[in-house]
Amino acid sequence: VNAQARYALSLGDDALVLAQRLCEWATRAPAIEEDVALMNIALDLLGQARGLLAHAGAVEGAGRSDDDLAYLRDEREFYNLQLVELSNGDFARTMARQLLFSAYQCELYEALSGSTDAQIAGIAEKARKEADYHRDHAAHWVVRLGDGTEESHRRMAEGLAAVWPYAAEMFEPCSLFAPLVEAGVAVDPAALEAGWSSYLSPVLVEATLAPPDTTFAPTGGRSGLHTEELGYVLAEMQHLHRAHPGTQW
Amino acid sequence: MAVTTSASEISALAEIAVSAVEDPELPPLTIRDLGILRQVEVRPGGEVVVVMTPTYSGCPATEVIGRDVRDALDRAGLRQVRIELKLSPAWTTDMITDEGRRKLDEMRIVPPPCLGAGRPAQRVDLVVKCPQCGSRNTEELSGFGSTPCKALDRCRACGEPFERFKQL
Repeated sequence: VNAQARYALSLGDDALVLAQRLCEWATRAPAIEEDVALMNIALDLLGQARGLLAHAGAVEGAGRSDDDLAYLRDEREFYNLQLVELSNGDFARTMARQLLFSAYQCELYEALSGSTDAQIAGIAEKARKEADYHRDHAAHWVVRLGDGTEESHRRMAEGLAAVWPYAAEMFEPCSLFAPLVEAGVAVDPAALEAGWSSYLSPVLVEATLAPPDTTFAPTGGRSGLHTEELGYVLAEMQHLHRAHPGTQW
Repeated sequence: MAVTTSASEISALAEIAVSAVEDPELPPLTIRDLGILRQVEVRPGGEVVVVMTPTYSGCPATEVIGRDVRDALDRAGLRQVRIELKLSPAWTTDMITDEGRRKLDEMRIVPPPCLGAGRPAQRVDLVVKCPQCGSRNTEELSGFGSTPCKALDRCRACGEPFERFKQL
C-alpha cells in the first residue's frame, strides 16, 4: 500500500469504525430522536468511508474495492485512530467521543478541501458540512449533560475523562505522510489542534467541565496498533461478508 | 423503413426521461428540482452520460436514483448509459430550484433558505415558519430527521411537529 492510498485508508477507517460503533446504539438510544440522529450520523460517516476507501483502492491500483477493504482486512491492517474504536460506554461517553472526533473532523475536512488530490478535496468539501452538524449535535449534549443534574454532570465528566487521553493521537504527525503534506495532498495533523482547541474550550466551559488533567496519551492506530476493542468491532462488522464472500444486499 | 435517430433527438429524449426521475425519498420532487442532476450529455456513438452529485455522503437514495435513471432511459429506448458521480462543487441546498421549493411547500416540508452567491461559510439560523399555521414560534426537536436531508421541528403555537429541509 503506497502512502497516498494509506492516507485515504486511515481517514476512511476512522469514519468506518466510528459508523460501526454508533450503529450499536440502534434501538438503544435514550429517545427515538436520538436513535434517528445517531443513525444519521453513522450513515454520513459510512458514506465518507465508502468514498475514501474506494479512493484508496483506486490509488493503490491492486483492484481492491471499498468492500474488499472494509471486510477483508485484519485488525493490524486497519489504520484508524484508537479513539473511534473505543466502546460506547453510556450515552455521555459516546457524546464525549463524538465531540472530540467531530470537532477534529471539522478542522481536518476544512483543511483537506484544498487538497491537491482532487478526490480527497471533493470528499472533504462535502463531508465538512456534515461534520458541522455532528459537532453541533455532540456539543449540545455535552453542555446539556455537563451543566445538568448532579448525576448527568458526574457521568459526562467520567465519559470525557475516559476518551480524552485518546485525543492526542489525532494531532500526532505521521512520518509516512510527511511527503504527502509536502505535496499538499495531506494536512499536517499538528496544524489542526489550535482550531480544535479554540472550538472546544468554550463548549467545555459552558458544560461546566474541565479538560481532564492527564499525561496518558496512547497511540499507534495510524500504524495498525490497536486497543483490544477493535477486534470485536471487526468481528461483528466482517463475519457476514467473510462467511458469505461477495454477498450483497 | 429504417428509423434513424439523430444525436439531437437522442439528447432531447434523454433529457426528458432523466429530468422526470423522482427522488425516492421525496417524491414528487425530481432530481432536477433537487439540483442533484448536473448534466445529461450524448457522446458521439450515442452513449448517454448522466452526471449527478450526491446530497449527503451516505444518502442511500443515491444508488436507487442511479437505477431509476437507467430504467427511465431504458424505457425511452436508450440502453448505452453511463452514470457519473461528481463531488465537486459540493451540492448545497441553494441548488434546489424554485419548482423544488414550491413542491416542498406543498408537502408541508419547510424549504431551506436560499443564501445566494455570497453565502456565509457558517450556517445561519433563521426563523422557521410553521407550515401548518404560519406561526414563527417554532423550535427544533432534532437536527436529524427521517432522511439525512431533513430535521424535525415543532410549532409552539399549533403544537404540530413538522419536517424542515436542512440547510447545507
